[in-house]
Amino acid sequence: VHAPATTRDLVAVTRDRLDVASLAARVSAPGQGAVATFVGLVRDESGGRRVQYLEYEAYEPLAVSALARILDETREHWPAVRAACHHRVGRLEIGDASVVIAAASPHRADAFAACRYVIERVKQIAPIWKHEHFDGGAVWIEGATADPRDEASQALALARARGDRAP
Amino acid sequence: VTARRSAAAGAATIELMTVTVRVFARLREIVGASEMRRPIGAGWTVRNVWRALAHEYPPLAEFEPSISAAVNAEYARMESPVSDGDEVAFLPPVSGG
Repeated sequence: VHAPATTRDLVAVTRDRLDVASLAARVSAPGQGAVATFVGLVRDESGGRRVQYLEYEAYEPLAVSALARILDETREHWPAVRAACHHRVGRLEIGDASVVIAAASPHRADAFAACRYVIERVKQIAPIWKHEHFDGGAVWIEGATADPRDEASQALALARARGDRAP
Repeated sequence: VTARRSAAAGAATIELMTVTVRVFARLREIVGASEMRRPIGAGWTVRNVWRALAHEYPPLAEFEPSISAAVNAEYARMESPVSDGDEVAFLPPVSGG
């Protein structure tokens, strides 16, 4: 018997250490035959620089609602999938998990695809920033201009999730 | 900047309409603060708030094509209207994950 998880449990922006196993347990249910998980880790190298640590900053209330929006989109594309995503903020050391995602589905293909979709959308629209500290300085990493309604970026995330070759 | 009369105090005082401006990451470092109160005028949009801020901190101007904005912690357009007491946030390109 699985305790019903509320939507609130499924998304979080937290300073606490992330636990992918508990996230996977949270999305599992008797009808789900597969759980795909993704763990993003802090790497010791970036653009030829030796990274010392990362500092993550978020606009927390908007980040939480952006993650909830991503799960809603995921549900629209894969109605049988139950997904969850927690993102960490604050100072992270090399090897720490910065983001964890779990997607459960009756069958593996949708679990993998949904998991990939969630991380692609996190990178596009979650209001979270990496401040990369390396020997001799620090830089803000700037990726995508966040626009949740932009259809081209949604289509790109979907194509990557489905394993299309071109993007 | 437009002011409105305080209902309580009649003609004796006027109150400015203000918004709370929040900035993040590189924008926050340019401004030197994460949050500030700024006056707004009648009919102002998010873009008016941004332009006033960029006038105050000229290095912000180059970010205009790449920023996102939020009003009261929901994504908004530069054309979205703002009201007295709103929280208006400006976000540089994101890099979560």
